[in-house]
Amino acid sequence: MRTRPQISQNIASIARVRVGARGAENPVKSLNSLDLYDVRGLLTEDEQMVQDSVARFVDGKVLPIIGECFEQARFPKELIPEIASLGLLGSSIQGYGCAGLNGVAYGLICQELERGDSGLRSLVSVQSSLVMYPIFTYGSEEQKQRWLPAMARGDAIGCFGLTEPHGGSDPSNMKTVAKKKGSDWVLNGAKMWITNGSIADVAVVWANTDDGVHGFLVEQGMQGFDTPEVHHKMSLRASVTSALYFDNVHVPEANVLPKVKGLKGPLSCLTQARYGISWGVIGAAQACLKDVLGYTQTRELFNRPLNHNQAVQLRLAEMARQITLAQLLSLRLGRLKDQGEMQPAQVSLAKWNNVRMAINIARDARDLLGGAGITTEFCPIRHALNLESVITYEGTETVHQLVIGKEITGVDAF
Amino acid sequence: MKILVGIKRVVDFSVRVQVKKDGSGVNTDGVKLGINPFDEIALEEALRIRERGTQAEVVAVSIGPAEVQPQLRTALAMGADRAILVETGEVLQPLMVARVFHELVKRENADLVILGKQAIDDDSNQTGQMLAALWDRPQATFASKVELKDKTLMVTREVDAGLETIEIDLPAVITTDLRLNTPRFVKMPDIMKARSKPLQVLKLEELGVTAAPKLEVTSYAPPPQRVGGKKVEDVTALVATLRQRGIL
Ligand SMILES: Cc1cc2nc3c(=O)[nH]c(=O)nc-3n(C[C@H](O)[C@H](O)[C@H](O)COP(=O)(O)OP(=O)(O)OC[C@H]3O[C@@H](n4cnc5c(N)ncnc54)[C@H](O)[C@@H]3O)c2cc1C
Repeated sequence: MRTRPQISQNIASIARVRVGARGAENPVKSLNSLDLYDVRGLLTEDEQMVQDSVARFVDGKVLPIIGECFEQARFPKELIPEIASLGLLGSSIQGYGCAGLNGVAYGLICQELERGDSGLRSLVSVQSSLVMYPIFTYGSEEQKQRWLPAMARGDAIGCFGLTEPHGGSDPSNMKTVAKKKGSDWVLNGAKMWITNGSIADVAVVWANTDDGVHGFLVEQGMQGFDTPEVHHKMSLRASVTSALYFDNVHVPEANVLPKVKGLKGPLSCLTQARYGISWGVIGAAQACLKDVLGYTQTRELFNRPLNHNQAVQLRLAEMARQITLAQLLSLRLGRLKDQGEMQPAQVSLAKWNNVRMAINIARDARDLLGGAGITTEFCPIRHALNLESVITYEGTETVHQLVIGKEITGVDAF
Repeated sequence: MKILVGIKRVVDFSVRVQVKKDGSGVNTDGVKLGINPFDEIALEEALRIRERGTQAEVVAVSIGPAEVQPQLRTALAMGADRAILVETGEVLQPLMVARVFHELVKRENADLVILGKQAIDDDSNQTGQMLAALWDRPQATFASKVELKDKTLMVTREVDAGLETIEIDLPAVITTDLRLNTPRFVKMPDIMKARSKPLQVLKLEELGVTAAPKLEVTSYAPPPQRVGGKKVEDVTALVATLRQRGIL
């Protein structure tokens, strides 16, 4: 009997709260179509400033030229000095002329750059996560001093050689070998599909030794090192992709990354880069949605704007929904990263989900533009084509699905 | 030398402004806000004066609610040495803003104040002129080029007839035009540094300025919808139409 009044009291207070909540002023606000959950509102002031600054750079310097670069298969290397002076290269590193930003800020940098083009984001991903990161994490002090400040200034460009021609998804089957000869190492083998390969001053090359996989800093101009560019690409056309060939290349001991052995070296770099990609592709998707929102508003068919059709709205709403989910996923992942809690399987989920989300949106946006969607005047076809690379590199979609499968079943099905 | 620069928070230039349905103002819900573009140009010019070798302290000043602090932080990240927020929830009108700057000029012993020629929200184009009058110092409005020589400024101004170059003595007020410079991008390391730069908050009342608005805004309305053009058959029809409308 004693509990009864208490319960009713509780119900009453719940009811009051409810009435209060309903009665409280909750004016209907118009939302940002590209950020329906105001994810920006979850960012710190500094993080917002990072995003705004990169957004401005992309609007002012990238968007006006990028369509033409893509069409002409030209990498806009004239942008490197400005990208460097903004502090976008190696932005997460403390010291060595780098900004020391957090993981969320790095994600936002990727997002804004990829709103411009996946190629430009690839440049920054490779330089920051795949070259500067391993040198910073696994390099000697001498290697750090030599490369990091120069790479932050954009005076030196790096590339990352893991994938081999016979199969990228299975890096444990590595055929590039390094053999000790006197005080040098001698490298033989080939790497394929290497971003920045032909323009790089230094390549972080992973090779098998008698003592497992090691990382080597192979420098442009070393005897027997060749970096021909891959042509005829239909994707990432505003980015340099190359093969790396090693024909008895002598690499001094001082160029071996001393602090890591085994595949966990390259895989830890990929975790960093994949994290950034999960953010980056949100930018590509937002750019597509923005284009198609504008187009369907002004295009009139059957005496009404295209966006007055339910069938069109369903598609636009689906895009906004998918973008929102991806944003929340990446931000949560970023906060985990900044707490030192991020796990590779979580990164796999985000890379898989977000790239799939972006490529679906880009393709559907392309379709909604009709014939206008097939030229570079609108961005979706460029993003859709670029994302074919993005869904393949840094672990194909299938590879990431298998990572999650392994995580939840405990069974390695690769 | 000390340079004060005005930093006003406005609806970002990239946003298509929408008038509220009841005509009571402009919708700022969920709308991106940023620094008035002319104010960024003002700050950039102050930074360039300093970078050209003049010993100068650049102070960014904003008047408004506490929420304008991000814009001041951005100014600090661009390179201002310190910032002052004059906090008020009042509607900003040119005379009030000019009075605030006049008080700050006296307190700070400023040699130069650089303001935007106008803010892109109310487009008043009055504050700089009013400040010069209150302060009783020279003004160089619509500046497109500024050269500092000791205690004088050579300022090229954009006027209706073209360009006019005037020489004025410091202390003085400059207002910036669009072509004066292109503001720099904020650099990542400077965002980190901006955190430790001083941002002083003063209450409007502390400066002895009362808002006392002199202007009353009665209503807001969007400009009339543009009606689409009309195609005429040939040149004869074109000339006839132009005549009919009294254009020819
Ligand atoms: C533009 C571009 C830039 C790149 N940049 C770099 C770089 O800078 N550095 C670098 O090292 N690499 C880079 N890569 C390489 C990229 O990482 C590889 O292409 C990728 O890992 C896939 O390897 P692969 O091309 O050999 O395909 P494969 O591994 O041969 O895969 C072929 C297909 O088989 C599927 N598959 C593989 N294994 C399984 C399985 N067990 N079960 C079911 N399906 C499976 C894959 O998902 C894929 O669909 C780049 C690639 C591109 C396209």
